[in-house]
Amino acid sequence: MKNDKKYLFDNPNNVKRLLHILYACCAILVVLDFVIHRHTLHDWEKLWAFYPIYGFVGCVVLVVIATWMRTFLMRSEDYYDNPTHTDVDKDSLNNITLNDDILNKKGEHHVDD
Amino acid sequence: MWMIELPPFVLFFLGALILLFTRGMLRSAIMIAIPIVSVMHLVMVPEGVHLQFTFIEYQLTPYRVDKLSIMFGYVFHIAALIGIIYSLHLRDTMQQVSAMLYAGSALGAVFAGDLLTLFVFWELLAFTSVFLIWARRTQRSYDAGMRYLIIQVLSGVILLVGTLFYAHENNTLAFGYIGLDSVAGWLILIAFGIKCAFPIAHNWLTDAYPEATVTGTVFLSAFTTKVAVYALARAYPGAEILIYIGAAMTCFPIFFAVIENDLRRVLAYSLINQVGFMVVGIGIGTALAINGAVSHAFNDVIFKGLLFMSMGAVLQMTGRINGSDLGGLYKTMPKTTILCIVGAASISAFPLFSGFVSKSMVMSAALEEGYDWIWLMLLFASAGVFHHAGIKIPYFAFFAHDSGLKANDPPNNMLLAMTISAALCIAIGIYPQALYSLLPYDTGYNPYDATHVLAQTQLLCFSALAFVWLNLKGLYPPELRSTNLDLDWIYRRAIPNALQQMFSAIWQADRALWDSLKLRLNIYLSYFSGKNNRLSILLSRNYPSGSMAMWVAVVLATYLFLSFIE
Repeated sequence: MKNDKKYLFDNPNNVKRLLHILYACCAILVVLDFVIHRHTLHDWEKLWAFYPIYGFVGCVVLVVIATWMRTFLMRSEDYYDNPTHTDVDKDSLNNITLNDDILNKKGEHHVDD
Repeated sequence: MWMIELPPFVLFFLGALILLFTRGMLRSAIMIAIPIVSVMHLVMVPEGVHLQFTFIEYQLTPYRVDKLSIMFGYVFHIAALIGIIYSLHLRDTMQQVSAMLYAGSALGAVFAGDLLTLFVFWELLAFTSVFLIWARRTQRSYDAGMRYLIIQVLSGVILLVGTLFYAHENNTLAFGYIGLDSVAGWLILIAFGIKCAFPIAHNWLTDAYPEATVTGTVFLSAFTTKVAVYALARAYPGAEILIYIGAAMTCFPIFFAVIENDLRRVLAYSLINQVGFMVVGIGIGTALAINGAVSHAFNDVIFKGLLFMSMGAVLQMTGRINGSDLGGLYKTMPKTTILCIVGAASISAFPLFSGFVSKSMVMSAALEEGYDWIWLMLLFASAGVFHHAGIKIPYFAFFAHDSGLKANDPPNNMLLAMTISAALCIAIGIYPQALYSLLPYDTGYNPYDATHVLAQTQLLCFSALAFVWLNLKGLYPPELRSTNLDLDWIYRRAIPNALQQMFSAIWQADRALWDSLKLRLNIYLSYFSGKNNRLSILLSRNYPSGSMAMWVAVVLATYLFLSFIE
């Protein structure tokens, strides 16, 4: 039986709307930085748009490093279930996970489609 | 009512006993009644020592109530009640009894006024909770539970050794400030640290919690680590080393969380991250920081429980928990989705949600005491926790691409438990004064000033923006079916392998040695027998040894005969 019901995010426009709301919020928050007087405890906090930049850059760095960590931490799903895999470097590489295809595979554009 | 000196754990232990003999509705009613009756009792108990006796010249205090312990006492009751409601649909005596005993042990530990009582409950926590992992009844969970038990018991043994040293040095067993200026202090810190999932000792948590049952993980996430946080707050406030340990705990798990596929394991990593904030608070040790640590523990029990419950609901209804298998569930599990988002907003510390009112205290304290770099790490961890727990969990489970899974919202009791948690998250976020009034110190802290709210909202919105940007660019790492190595690789793979190789080498050497020895022996034997043959060829040839024995017997008999006739 096919489920024909349309849900909220089946409509790409709704996704776009949500993203636009997020962009607008971000813009407003940066502007508020100039309007609201903060009680800063630290010099860094006085930098222009310190928190937004720190949050954005921090997350990008986080994801980039985490993705890089996959190159040496990732093993097949049943790695520990199979005690005959003795050689750490070769077995799992041959198995499934770490070929270039998958590592370089980009995430799907979930938000946009 | 009844005696004031009745410690809360007694009721839970009795309850567990009664559960064994009841079935159906009666059992459910008893399970719900126990935490409610117990908390009503606790509310009426004044501060002070309520039970004390002497045991081999040491004062034991199994029941002591003060500001610090009662805070944890309340939240453990709440967690027990929520967990029990969440698991009402179960027909599994083993899980229900062990959950009740586990909650009781946690309560016993926080109200313990001496180290020996603490040790007893410390070990009980391990032995009662492991059944919640084994109750999954798979080989994987059995193995994970075994590893969990070994590490937990090890922590208890170290605590016992530390306690003995402490008793010897100070001639008392009272559990108060211990500090780090003695061997006992360090041993006890290591014992607490293992249960608190300090870096290097953290893998029991990420290993075992995701292997536990749907309902078991909810209980597990509430008690063990928070008992350890309580113990640290009691024994080591202001120990500077805790600041650095805690900061490391906030930062390193988020990298693993980003690439982890099992969503309950993602939550386990973020549990370590949240405990890190508490440990930093305890390390700073000012009134504000301790308040922050304790209130964050209080909130964390509730919102982390909520997140584990929502992921448990997904696992229960779809049979899957890997991010790579899930997606699009908001269509068929809308209530779970909303409740999960409330939990996600709370753990990310959005203003008006519970995480905000407690985490900001720790951050402010770090800044006030001049730990700038620590503060930057905490800020990074705050952005990171939003990234993996706040966005990744709901996004990959309920949105992302449509996995085509058709599920329904979970049974009503599970929804009710989640709703209670979500309501508490929002209530504490909106009216934090209720929580603050329970705290050990009165600092007059107000989280809702423009500076804090704006800074936190900016941080979170731009983290979300980073997620969207990375996703649109296709830079976000896709969820892959995989195992990521962590330090547990050392004892799950490296040490067994090394041992195996060592033993096979030993066996081989052993066999070679014996073989050469036997060869040598054979050579000598044949040499001697050859020589013997040549020497005694006249005497020994053709006479079997039997005849020799017979002749000896004859000679002896003759002697005997002669001796008689003398």
